[in-house]
Amino acid sequence: MVTLLYFAGLRESLGCSREELALPSGNSTVSSLVERLRSRDPRWTQAFAPGNSWRVAVNQRMADLATPVKPGDEIAFFPPVTGG
Amino acid sequence: MPTVRVQEADFDTGRELDALTRGRRDVGALASFVGLVRDANDGAAVSAMTLEHYPGMTEKALEEICAQAHSRWDLIDTLVIHRVGALKPGDRIVLVGVSSAHRGEAFAACEFIMDYLKTRAPFWKREDTTHGSRWVEARASDDTAAAKWKS
Repeated sequence: MVTLLYFAGLRESLGCSREELALPSGNSTVSSLVERLRSRDPRWTQAFAPGNSWRVAVNQRMADLATPVKPGDEIAFFPPVTGG
Repeated sequence: MPTVRVQEADFDTGRELDALTRGRRDVGALASFVGLVRDANDGAAVSAMTLEHYPGMTEKALEEICAQAHSRWDLIDTLVIHRVGALKPGDRIVLVGVSSAHRGEAFAACEFIMDYLKTRAPFWKREDTTHGSRWVEARASDDTAAAKWKS
C-alpha cells in the first residue's frame, strides 16, 4: 500500500485529501501511478490531464514522473507552490 | 545552524533578527527579507488570505534550502519563519535572516533562500478578493528567479 495526499486546489477539485492504494506487482513509478489514477476516475482524468500543471513529492521530497514508488511510500500531489 | 519555523502566530522581526546575532562577535553582516500580504493581486482587491502547507515536508524543504545556502556561501547562520493559516493585508508572511562575516554572502544567500522557497517549499495561498475566493497562481517569473541560481 502507498499513501496518497492531495493539497490545495488539487485536493478541492478531487474532493479527496488522502487515500491508501495498493500498488500492482512489479516496478512502479510516479508515471505509472498517475496513469492508473487517470484511468480510474473522471475527476482524476481531468485533474491530471495533459497541460494541467501539478507537482509531486515522494516521501516528502520533490520528485518527478520517473521517480520510483514502493509500498509504504507517501506520495503527495499538489499545484505549483505559491508561498513566500 | 539553520533555524526553520512554520507557525500560525506572527513574529517580531526585530527580536528574531537580534536573536540571530546575539552573543556573537564574528557577524559582520545580517541580511533579511520580510514578505507581507498585499491588498491587491492580479487586478483584484484582496481582503484576506489563507496559507495551506504540507506539514512535515514544509519544514524539511526549508531546512534543505538553508543547507544548500550554507554549502554555497560562507554563512554563519540562517533563519526562516513562515506563517500559515488566516492572514490579512499588511500581515507578515515570511522572514528570512542570514548572517555572515561580509555582506556579499548575506545578500546573495537571502535572495537565494527566497527564490528557492518560492518554487520548492510546499505552501499554497488562497485569497479572498472582490472577484471571489481563488487559489493564487504560480508565476513563471518565480521559476526564472530560481533558475538563475543553477550553475
